[in-house]
Amino acid sequence: MKRHVELKNHQREIYYFRFRLMLSLSFVLVMLLILLARFIYLQVIKHDYFQTLAESNRIAVVPVVPNRGLILDRNGVVLARNYSGYTLEIASRKVADLEATINELSTLVDIQPKDRKRFKKLLAESRNFDTLPIRNRLSDEEVARFAAQRYRFPGVEIKARLFREYPYGQGTSHLIGYIGRINEKDVDQLEQEDIASNYLGSDYIGKTGLEQSYEKELHGTTGFDQVEVDAGGRAVRALSRIAPKSGNTLMLTLDAKLQEVAEQAFGNYRGALVAIDPSNGDILAFVSKPGYDPNLFIDGIDTENWEALNNSPDVPLNNRALRGQYPPGSTIKPFMALAGLNYNERAPSYTISDPGYYTLPGNRHQYRDWKQGGHGRVDMFKSIVISCDTYYYGLATELGIDKIHEYLTEFGFGRKTGVDMEGEVSGLIPSQEWKMKRYKQPWYAGDTVSVGIGQGYNLVTPLQLASATATLANDGIAFKPHFVKQIQRSNANAPDIAPQPVFDLHIKPENIDLVKRAMEAVTQPGGTAAGASARASYRMAGKTGTAQVVGMKQGEKYDASKISEYNRDHAWFIAFAPADKPRIALAVLAENGGHGGSTAAPIARKVLDYYLLGIIPKPLETAADKEGVEND
Amino acid sequence: MMTKRELQRRFMAHLDPILLLSISLLMLLSLVLLYSASDSNWMRVLGQFVNILVAFAAMWIVANMPLHYLMRSAVPIYILGMVLLVGVALFGDISHGARRWLNIGVATIQPSELMKIAVPLMMAWYFEKHEATLTLKNYFVAALLLLLPVALIARQPDLGTSVLIGASGFYVLFLAGLSWRIMLGMAVIAAASAPFLWSMLHDYQRHRILMLLDPSQDALGKGYHTIQGMIAVGSGGILGKGYLNGTQTHLDFLPERTTDFIFAVWSEEFGFLGNFILLGLYIFVIGRGFVITANASTYFTRLMAGSITLTFFTYAFVNMGMVSGILPVVGVPLPLVSYGGTSMLTLLLGFGMLMSVHSHKQLVKT
Repeated sequence: MKRHVELKNHQREIYYFRFRLMLSLSFVLVMLLILLARFIYLQVIKHDYFQTLAESNRIAVVPVVPNRGLILDRNGVVLARNYSGYTLEIASRKVADLEATINELSTLVDIQPKDRKRFKKLLAESRNFDTLPIRNRLSDEEVARFAAQRYRFPGVEIKARLFREYPYGQGTSHLIGYIGRINEKDVDQLEQEDIASNYLGSDYIGKTGLEQSYEKELHGTTGFDQVEVDAGGRAVRALSRIAPKSGNTLMLTLDAKLQEVAEQAFGNYRGALVAIDPSNGDILAFVSKPGYDPNLFIDGIDTENWEALNNSPDVPLNNRALRGQYPPGSTIKPFMALAGLNYNERAPSYTISDPGYYTLPGNRHQYRDWKQGGHGRVDMFKSIVISCDTYYYGLATELGIDKIHEYLTEFGFGRKTGVDMEGEVSGLIPSQEWKMKRYKQPWYAGDTVSVGIGQGYNLVTPLQLASATATLANDGIAFKPHFVKQIQRSNANAPDIAPQPVFDLHIKPENIDLVKRAMEAVTQPGGTAAGASARASYRMAGKTGTAQVVGMKQGEKYDASKISEYNRDHAWFIAFAPADKPRIALAVLAENGGHGGSTAAPIARKVLDYYLLGIIPKPLETAADKEGVEND
Repeated sequence: MMTKRELQRRFMAHLDPILLLSISLLMLLSLVLLYSASDSNWMRVLGQFVNILVAFAAMWIVANMPLHYLMRSAVPIYILGMVLLVGVALFGDISHGARRWLNIGVATIQPSELMKIAVPLMMAWYFEKHEATLTLKNYFVAALLLLLPVALIARQPDLGTSVLIGASGFYVLFLAGLSWRIMLGMAVIAAASAPFLWSMLHDYQRHRILMLLDPSQDALGKGYHTIQGMIAVGSGGILGKGYLNGTQTHLDFLPERTTDFIFAVWSEEFGFLGNFILLGLYIFVIGRGFVITANASTYFTRLMAGSITLTFFTYAFVNMGMVSGILPVVGVPLPLVSYGGTSMLTLLLGFGMLMSVHSHKQLVKT
């Protein structure tokens, strides 16, 4: 019985077991059907969707950076160019221990401490962990050495790249400017202008000078390669390409040789020179001394050089020609004379008797002439030739500040010239309104007196003064000063950019003739620039000027030898030549140079000699060598 | 002297030809697929071949072992496994934030792998021992035998392995006739304790589960595995991109593509058709396992064979499910295909037991 029950139990157990096994099998089959359904869903129904995802996974669009446009002078001399070279670059996000990697690399490639410093600086400034260069301009041998050991350095690679180079270095630094690595600020700017996509892959952007101002022309259009990539982003093979379009070549109005002559003519002086073709506004020379080596900035300047430039008392990074603001001194006198004639406040024949000082009616304060004892009888012609202060004190007082402000502003002072370079400043021609706003004070009669001789509140930039001189030389018809003559898009025979006339002052011919003749006489015996102009074989017109750096008290006498170098007066000279048919007009500023006739005028003479006669000055004969003959 | 033919017969005597053929096909597929998944790295293929040879030898030995050997080894193996698991918990090496490996001087071992065999073996042995007088208490003890190692492994943490071992143990309980009422009760308790369990999970485990719900939330982080796997499977289409032509595979988008994600490689290169064939091969293996189980002669062998078969299915299902995005990414290899010596060895030990169950029953019969 018991045995029977056991057997029965055993049968039932097997039966139950098989039942559960069948249930398990059903479970297995159901689950496998679910899987199968999932496969059908993914591989049949949603296949197109995933196919697209897989395609976009593997196809990356890689930007191809265009070649940056060249910058040439008016004769085709290269001022900014590209050359190809190799850099060693590190993708910092792929490298665990940067320090160790760089140490390792330095066994293969020469890495100086300054390279490391620069790399760290770049790393701190870089956007979203870019690939950054640790060394530029590798030699072929270094390239080969690294290539052989490359497997040891994941995240480090050699890239062939175009480098920017400025063959004239310091000489054109303030003109051409430089490019530098794109930083966060640049990215914001590009995004605002909605052109960030054209900068995908670009590492550089114009930072100053024409490189900055003509960035859009120079950069070119970025091309795109469609490449198959792996998940690490490495390109496996190319699929298609939209070729990049190189940037346009800029041909400047500048004459590189003239620029060089002008630059050297300064010798050790700081200052600025701007030379303009009066007939069209072409900027022929544009010097700001001292300059700096723009090549240092391209891949991020190293700390030492940066500090040297930034802390120098000579402020080499300041673009004096564009942004330096100085009192015009006596160079304002020809323009004041034209104002007097224009408003019929002075007839050419009107003569004063100069006792060597000027006093306002009912005031004993003496406004001194530069010449003690005065110039005797002075009419308008003589007032320019000998630079009589007393004459202009009176003229300014009688014109009044409102008319002075009006006329000088019409002439282009106190406002931007509109030159095609970013960062221009407007200078200052004071007015009653301005003074009230600036100092919360009314305009005093005494303020007007010093404005008459270009001191006091008014400020000009060398570019402004050169442009005004060109306008004067061109009989009152002003052209917008400009650097770029041609934008060569595809061929070298691009049309010249038409000169842009900006205003015509409609100066009466007899008035302009008088002032021009007087300015020519400045360069003749008896004039303030006679020495610097001696034996010129062309007719030269000019005007000297001195801009005070520190004011002097009543009765105090200026003595250059007692004043520290940086507080000495600035020397100005404006000129145009040939006087009868001007081809060039310029303004020269020699900072702390003292008198215009002795330091600034000789610089101008060399520039004119080269431009009109092709005379190349002896390199060492600088303006500083022959100081102090004439007076202002 | 034995003839060559005789030698052959002796060698094959305990190897089930149907099972042998189907797993051999899967292993061949593994070698072919590894060549593609490893970007034509012959060393990987060779390594897997060695894994297969070693595991094959182990299978042969086990298949030739009489069943009472297996039964006798159940308790010692289980105790050894538990000691090692405790050892891991106390002195284990930490890698990737988990403590799974034990350094025993000559090598590092992963005791949880041993438990994949030891747990069902032990439970089957326990049920066999108490076959005549099974009461609720026995099920309770058996469940304890299961839950102890599962808890230890889950603590390492190794969620994938603990779930799989838990499943293999549950299959024993189920086949041993655990009453429906208790299973229902357990399901209710499990559902009720889910929030508690959630709080016990490690962050990365929670992430994996959350990412399953919406992998696109963190496409480059935690969801990356799932998304790239689904893209590989989906872009394979019906016929696949062709052998060695999978872009997801060869352009480095697929993670762990020789191990846990090798199914994505197969899916991408051979498409739905390939998946159908692969499922077919698995069904073949599983079906043969069921036949062997159904015909097993003792309680122990039935439970043992059933658990091995169902566990094998679970491996395959969980792996394919996670690659195709219906299950969370837990570290489970594709059985017999993924690269790896340990899992190959464990699996073939299991098949060795199946074969032993089958052949020794036949020998008894005749």
